[in-house]
Amino acid sequence: MLQEYMDRKYRTDNKPSVEANLIKNNVAIVGIGQTQYTKNSGRDELDLACEAIQNAVDDAGLKMSDIDGFDTFILDRLSLPMLINSLGTPNVRFSCEVSGGGGAGCAVAVHAAAAVATGQADYVCCYRSLNEASGHRYGRGDDFIEYMPVALTPNYGYIWPLGFVTPLGWAGVWGRRWMHEFNITREQLGWWPVVLREYAQNNPEATYFGRPMTHEDYMESPMIVDPLKLHDCCVNTDGAAAYIITTVERAKDLKQTPAIIAASAQCCPIEQEIQTIYQRPSISGLVETWYVGQELYRVAECGPDDIDVAQLYDPYSIGGIIQLEELGFCERGEGGKFVEGGDNIRIDGKIPCNTAGGLLSEAYLHGWNLVIEGVRQIRGTSYNQVKDVELSMVTGGPGVASSGIILRR
Amino acid sequence: MTVEYNPDQKIPHPAMWGVLYKSSTPFWEGVKNKKIMLQKCKSCGNLLNPPRPMCPKCQSQENEWITAKGTGKIYSWVTFNEAPHPAFKAPYAAVLVELDEGPRIVSNMVDVKPEDLEIGMAVEVTFEDVAEDLTLPKFRKAG
Repeated sequence: MLQEYMDRKYRTDNKPSVEANLIKNNVAIVGIGQTQYTKNSGRDELDLACEAIQNAVDDAGLKMSDIDGFDTFILDRLSLPMLINSLGTPNVRFSCEVSGGGGAGCAVAVHAAAAVATGQADYVCCYRSLNEASGHRYGRGDDFIEYMPVALTPNYGYIWPLGFVTPLGWAGVWGRRWMHEFNITREQLGWWPVVLREYAQNNPEATYFGRPMTHEDYMESPMIVDPLKLHDCCVNTDGAAAYIITTVERAKDLKQTPAIIAASAQCCPIEQEIQTIYQRPSISGLVETWYVGQELYRVAECGPDDIDVAQLYDPYSIGGIIQLEELGFCERGEGGKFVEGGDNIRIDGKIPCNTAGGLLSEAYLHGWNLVIEGVRQIRGTSYNQVKDVELSMVTGGPGVASSGIILRR
Repeated sequence: MTVEYNPDQKIPHPAMWGVLYKSSTPFWEGVKNKKIMLQKCKSCGNLLNPPRPMCPKCQSQENEWITAKGTGKIYSWVTFNEAPHPAFKAPYAAVLVELDEGPRIVSNMVDVKPEDLEIGMAVEVTFEDVAEDLTLPKFRKAG
């Protein structure tokens, strides 16, 4: 994987045949649901999850008792048994908790899709619930240690005592290297958050709805973890979101236009652990995003020019822009120039990105909100609807075991 | 400009994590003795950092430990303007040093302010006792 990336040559002779892919065009996202996104929900995460799941079930036109599988990714603080005890789903026969943190933003859908494509379950609910604004923050070092012991792996011993303890720091190191090698400027970075904030002004459910931001505002915002400013970083969110996956065949009897999975991909490349990718020959690019893109294009039999709209997992601006390069929307090292002025990622641009506001301006729902917006673009119900969407891409987080899906009508 | 610590807060200790695998023990034993130790595959010579039980290049589980020269260059860095953990006082920088042997390690500088850091700056190791039971490898400008 790493060698293919260093050579920039994606091999097809060592990949499974596209004909044998049971997910492609056979599985769809049929229901989406969320709670309000707030800064202080005043409710517990189980409570929020139940509401979001009920909304997704209603949206699909299903009954709660139809749900027979559950899927999420690690660093989730919900108890699945308590969730099942509350929802009353009587026939759960599939459950999954994917590794990789935010990288698994789409891998959750991939595993759920595999489950329904192979008959392990009929309707899998992918859920996420967080009180990350009012409660425990993944992005804070002390919270991370205390509440997320699953992350306590030996390699943390090599970075935490040096005060190198948050995702912003881990990503800032490869971000700075990328900026250094390709002369990416601070001014260029700012266009990603500014355009996302514009999208959020049309999305009443977005955290930053009603709070516009100019490029000057961005430039004046404080530096949090140099090279990242406050507005380079995702919001903190209380809220929950869920979506339901089933076969295209079953989707025919349901309420909504299905968002059919044209391709799905997950990868776990070597030398990565929560974004500490530092032993790779080069850290100014991301093998995982490149690989996911190449695999999605191979399976969907399309290329970057065919993608109409993209939701890229962007916990910070650099994570969004560098993905534009690795997914082939622009040349390597050209991401800064590509976003300059913002037009390329606006609604009529070359590739409209994170059209609900993304993780920076809509919500940090660990990518669930990105999948949901990807589905809305297929249904034609986005607050920032791109015209005649045929293919809608969603990706997982950068710098970790990542994932992606391409949805179609 | 070394990192300043809050005396009433416990610095995250490597042992909290390192004990999970025996692979990392020689590194921390080395640091106590003021050396940077690197794991080396006995079969193909690959340097394994962080250490691990199997060489990812040749799958050998036979390895030895060598002493690094302790010199290298700054490969990248970040500056924390807000302390992300109560043990540390902001602002401070975390640097990624590329050792002359090849592997890169995360550390702090003891004599260079964050605003004076540069990619490519030549550095050499020094060791700092940050707590009664914790020594850390840190770096200063070389020469």
